[in-house]
Amino acid sequence: MSEKHLPLWEVFIRSRSGLAHKHCGSVHAADAEMALQAARDVYTRRGEGNSIWVVPSSAIIASDPWDKGELFEPALSKIYRHPTFYDVPEDVGHM
Amino acid sequence: MSTTSISFSETPLLSLVLQRADDALILGHRLSEWCGHAPLVEEDIALANIALDLIGQARSLYDYAAQVDGSRLTEDHFAYRREQHQYRNCLLVEQPNGDFAATIVRQFLFSAFMDLYWREMMISRDETLAAISAKAEKETAYHLRHSAEWLIRLGDGTDESHERAEAALDELWIYTGELFERDETERLLASSGIAPDTGALREPWQARIEPILREAALKIPNTPFMQTGGRSGCHSEHLGYILADLQFLQRAHPEAVW
Repeated sequence: MSEKHLPLWEVFIRSRSGLAHKHCGSVHAADAEMALQAARDVYTRRGEGNSIWVVPSSAIIASDPWDKGELFEPALSKIYRHPTFYDVPEDVGHM
Repeated sequence: MSTTSISFSETPLLSLVLQRADDALILGHRLSEWCGHAPLVEEDIALANIALDLIGQARSLYDYAAQVDGSRLTEDHFAYRREQHQYRNCLLVEQPNGDFAATIVRQFLFSAFMDLYWREMMISRDETLAAISAKAEKETAYHLRHSAEWLIRLGDGTDESHERAEAALDELWIYTGELFERDETERLLASSGIAPDTGALREPWQARIEPILREAALKIPNTPFMQTGGRSGCHSEHLGYILADLQFLQRAHPEAVW
């Protein structure tokens, strides 16, 4: 179908001011304006957002799943990097 | 069938509300016919969204029509239990969907008009109409944006998309004159600040559509002839088929509710 000829766009929606845009899916569209409209029509029908980003899928550089050993496994053994590893003195109060 | 039709006396205000409501209902129904058939799944949802906006507008307006009428009729009676000649929609909105270009051209011509109309109606002295307009204007502004962007891409796209957009504009142009018609009672409603003077919207409408059509490499057809009749209930054959679909349930099971 015609989808073959249309580029893919990744859609990011910000649900509230102050929050980050979050990836929520993708749409097909011929260009940026139409991608923005398609994202609005497909992903904000239930009041999900107040801002939309669309990015050509081809512009996204993804990590290779085969690299997950060298990329991610070294972090698994370093639990001291989590803030919960430390006892926070009570005097410090809310952090 | 005639036994289940409603009768009511059509005051100028009621007639005006029904014009707006019927335009919205019939165009909303037409767009809903695309559901599952649009050229792209994204556009399928976009057209259904516009249809739902329009049907939402129709509901508010029929509800107000029932209030204005003041008898025991409800929004459903006005939507489903009138005869064809009692529908006040313009001929443009009942035209068949045709190809995608025809649907987009119809939407563009209509939304460009309605966006101006709702904007003016937002300052109506009738508070209900002002409130309905404030909500409808935002929806309509998007319908215009969506259809205008599509029209630019179709008109200034491939040879085939250009031809189809041009053919649609040629075919539908003769239904645009009716948008600006108004009779004596409508002039009265306009001069008393209830509703916009549709005749005065022609120039701003023209000024809005021309740059888009230019960008779409489309020419306004050079035809002085305009179709008319919808507002007074003389519809094309298409409305009968729409009503047969729309009214079947309420005619077969009067007073059925969800």
